[in-house]
This record gives sequence, C-alpha cells and structure tokens, in this order.
Amino acid sequence: MSLRLSTAPHIRSPRSSTRLMLNVIIALMPAAFFGVYNYGVKALMVILVSMATAVLSEFSWQKITQRPVRIRDCSALVTGLILALVVTPETPWWMIMIGSAFAIIVVKELFGGIGDNFLNPALAARAMLLASWPSVLTTHTAIVSKFGEVDAVAMATPLASNLEELGIKFSYMDLLIGRIPGVIGETCKLAIIVGFVYLILSRTVTWRIPAFTVLSAFVFAWIFGLDPLYTILSGGLIFAAAFMANDYTTSPMSSYAQIVYACGIGLITVIIRKWGSYPEGATYAVLFMNLLTPLLDRYIPHKVYGHKKTGEVKAQ
Amino acid sequence: MSEKTRLGKIFANGVISENPTFRLVLGTCPTMAVTTSALNGIGMGAAATFVLIGSNIVVSLLRRFIPDRVRIPAFIVIICTFVTMIQLLMQAFLPSLYESLGIFIPLIVVNCIILARAEAFASKKPVLASAVDGLGMGIGFTLALTLIGIVRELLGNGSVFGVNVLGASYDPMILMILPAGGFLTFGLLLGAFNAIIKKLDRKRMKEAAE
Repeated sequence: MSLRLSTAPHIRSPRSSTRLMLNVIIALMPAAFFGVYNYGVKALMVILVSMATAVLSEFSWQKITQRPVRIRDCSALVTGLILALVVTPETPWWMIMIGSAFAIIVVKELFGGIGDNFLNPALAARAMLLASWPSVLTTHTAIVSKFGEVDAVAMATPLASNLEELGIKFSYMDLLIGRIPGVIGETCKLAIIVGFVYLILSRTVTWRIPAFTVLSAFVFAWIFGLDPLYTILSGGLIFAAAFMANDYTTSPMSSYAQIVYACGIGLITVIIRKWGSYPEGATYAVLFMNLLTPLLDRYIPHKVYGHKKTGEVKAQ
Repeated sequence: MSEKTRLGKIFANGVISENPTFRLVLGTCPTMAVTTSALNGIGMGAAATFVLIGSNIVVSLLRRFIPDRVRIPAFIVIICTFVTMIQLLMQAFLPSLYESLGIFIPLIVVNCIILARAEAFASKKPVLASAVDGLGMGIGFTLALTLIGIVRELLGNGSVFGVNVLGASYDPMILMILPAGGFLTFGLLLGAFNAIIKKLDRKRMKEAAE
C-alpha cells in the first residue's frame, strides 16, 4: 500500500494532475492541427521531436538522479508541445531538442520538478533559443498551402516593423484565422480560443488571468496609440494568455494578485512592442511576471478560508 | 602532522574544499564578466593569483604592525600596490589580454577573494602558510574561471583557447557568451562541483565509519 502525504486542505477529487495535463493537451490540439495544416509535415516533425525529447529528458534525468520517475503525469508532454507551438516550423531538429531538454532539465527538474519551477519551462526555453540563435527563430516562412510547392519563403510577420515599406497588409480576418506567417501554434487565434473554451468548460483553468491579460493589452495599446485590435490579434499574446500565463506553478494564487499579474503581462507586452527592439514581447512579459509571482503572492495575500476581519461574510 | 602535509592541506583547501568561486562564491563579478573565453579566464585568474600571493605575503609580514582599527585601508593599499604592478606588467607584455580584460584588471583591488584572504588568513598566519594559501586560492580561482571560460567559449563560439574545435558547420549558441549564459554556466558548474564534493564527503565518511 502506498501512503500519500500532502498538506491541508485535502479534497477528494478525480482531478489528478495527469487529468489536468491531458486536458491541456486536448485543448492545444486545435492549434497544433492548424499549425500542421498550415506549415506541413515539418511542423509535425517539430512537434513530435519536441514532445519526445521532453519526455525522454525528464525520464533520464529522474533516473540519473535516482528520483521517482514521474513522466506519467504528462507535464513533460505539455511542455514539449507548448514549446513546439511557439517556435517557427523551420526550426532544425537539433535546436528543438536542445530547447526541449533545457526546458525540462534546467528550468523544471533542477528547481525541483513539477510544481517547483519558477518560470514557465516552455517559455524560458523559447527565450533561450531566441537569444542563442536569433536568426533562425525570427525567420518566418510563408504558408505552404498558400504558395504551393515553394517552401522556405522568408516573409514578414504581422509584427515586423517594415510592413508598410514592404506593402504587406494583414486584415483582422487574416489574423483571426491565422493565414499569416508566424510560429506553429500561435497564428490561428480561432483554434486557440476553441482550445481555451475547452479548458474553461473542463474547469482546468479559470478565465481570470487570460481575460485580464488580453483586456489589459487592448487597453494599454489604445492608450499608447497602437491599433488595439491588431495588437491582441497579432503575435503570441492570445496563445501566451490562454496556455502559458495561467500555468499553475508560476502564476499568483489570490484573485487580486492574478489581476495585477495579468495586467502586468498586458502592459509589458505592449511596451516591448511599441518601444522594444524585439518585434514580439509576450514571451518576455510572461517570464517577467513569472518572476514577480512570489512577490505578488506575498504582498497581495489570499483570503484564508473561514477567516474574516469584519462582519461581512463573503462566499469564497 | 609534518610541515609539508600541513602546507599541502592549505593548498588543497584553496583549490577544492574552499574553492573561491564554487565553494565560497566570492569574486563573482569578474567571474561573470571576463569568462567569455578560456584565455580571458586564465589571464584574469593568473593576475588575481599574483596579487593574492603578493598581498598575502606582505599582509602576513606586517600583521604585527598594522593597528586593528585601520587594517582594512592598510590591506587595500597593499593590494593596490600589487594590482598596479600586474596592470603595468600586462600592459607592457600582454597588451591584447590587457585590452580584453579592460576595467577588470584595476578592479582586482576590490575583488573580495583577496581582501577576504588578507582578513581571514594572512593577518593571522605566518608568511609561508599565507603564501601557500594565496597560491591555492589563486589556482582554485584560475581553474574555475578557465573551466567556465572553456564551456562558454566552446558553446558560444565553437572554439577553445581561440582554436576552432567544433568546425565551421557549428552554429554558435550566442546566449553562452552573453551575460545570461555566464549566469547559467556558473550556476550549473557550481551545482555540479558541490554535488561531486558532497558525494566524495559521504564516501569518505562511510569509509571512516567502517
């Protein structure tokens, strides 16, 4: 018989972390399918290599360090899948392997494994790849199906600074359905939103962080004089909000702290897009707010169940 | 214990069990800043070793004359003397290394390893022991810096000591020669070094118990 020790409160529930991770994988499927449809077999290869490397590196690390092997919780699969969806389909196989192993071993396992990582592993790996091989991760290709047999046509993304010079214009509809060059899983906002609705309906995540992230980006873009709708529909903002900002481990616990956290992501994304040298800021915005999470948890404490200061009773 | 084994212990202490970089975690500023290549690491380490030995000897010689209350300024003046010497020597004989280390040569003055050894060791111990301590600490620092430099140069530039080893087809991982790569390499090597020492200690204790 195995005894499980954990801290209070104890809730009996069929919702294990495996189940939650499977929900996330299901929710990512529409975006992944659309990525493969859009960019072809090479996108599928990137996804498979990334997921396989993630699981393999978690397994071998836990074997080497003689810890219990926990690949069955599927969290490595999720990390591998998310990483694949935020890189370009042209990423070479060895690069995605390095990124995936980095996400699992350096960002996740070295800090204590699932539940103890201080950054979102997939995003940290993306930032690492972007800093290491900037040209590979910023060279975007046009969609395969649109241009027939021609592959690897370098093309500007909707966030490139020289769009007007190039005479390219993307409509809101292009952005929404994802007929644009970009990374594998971030282009089709519709597929992401479908997946996100599944996450909400299956009660895997709450709506608060994603909604406030997108909303605050919209508002800040409007304040800073960018096109608000274009801002939220382009780049990785919606993907980051739906699948990365609300990672359980690296986002704050109380609802007020979550709102501050989400608005921080929106603000930093808009600031980097408007004034930064990188075209896209969602990655760094989420990573930055990940780092602030312990501070937010500390200074914006969550309400302790059953504890109230005044006579006012509030449902938790 | 004979004099020889005692000095050997002091030396090994600086290189391994109290390695300034990996165990005491001192002098991390030059560690991050200059280790973009293996040669820079060796150069910085050698300069610091020279200063360490010199300042340890002089501090030890003067330990009965320096009043306790002004010891820190006195140590700094001694350290400054040796730093100025090595700075002028490097400028004259190794101008290219001098150029690439730049401001971090004069900054050896405030390298806390050197002040720490003056304060914790040389001001209390005889001359020979202090000199050996300076040598051990210096070599430990040099080895650590060179190791970090080799890893960063190999991955970030595809070369070791300026010689290309990974071939032209290697696409360098630019991150490794950026500051972030310095922190990553330093952290990972520090963890690995301590894990190995811990393992050896446990083994030794087990053997002692048996």
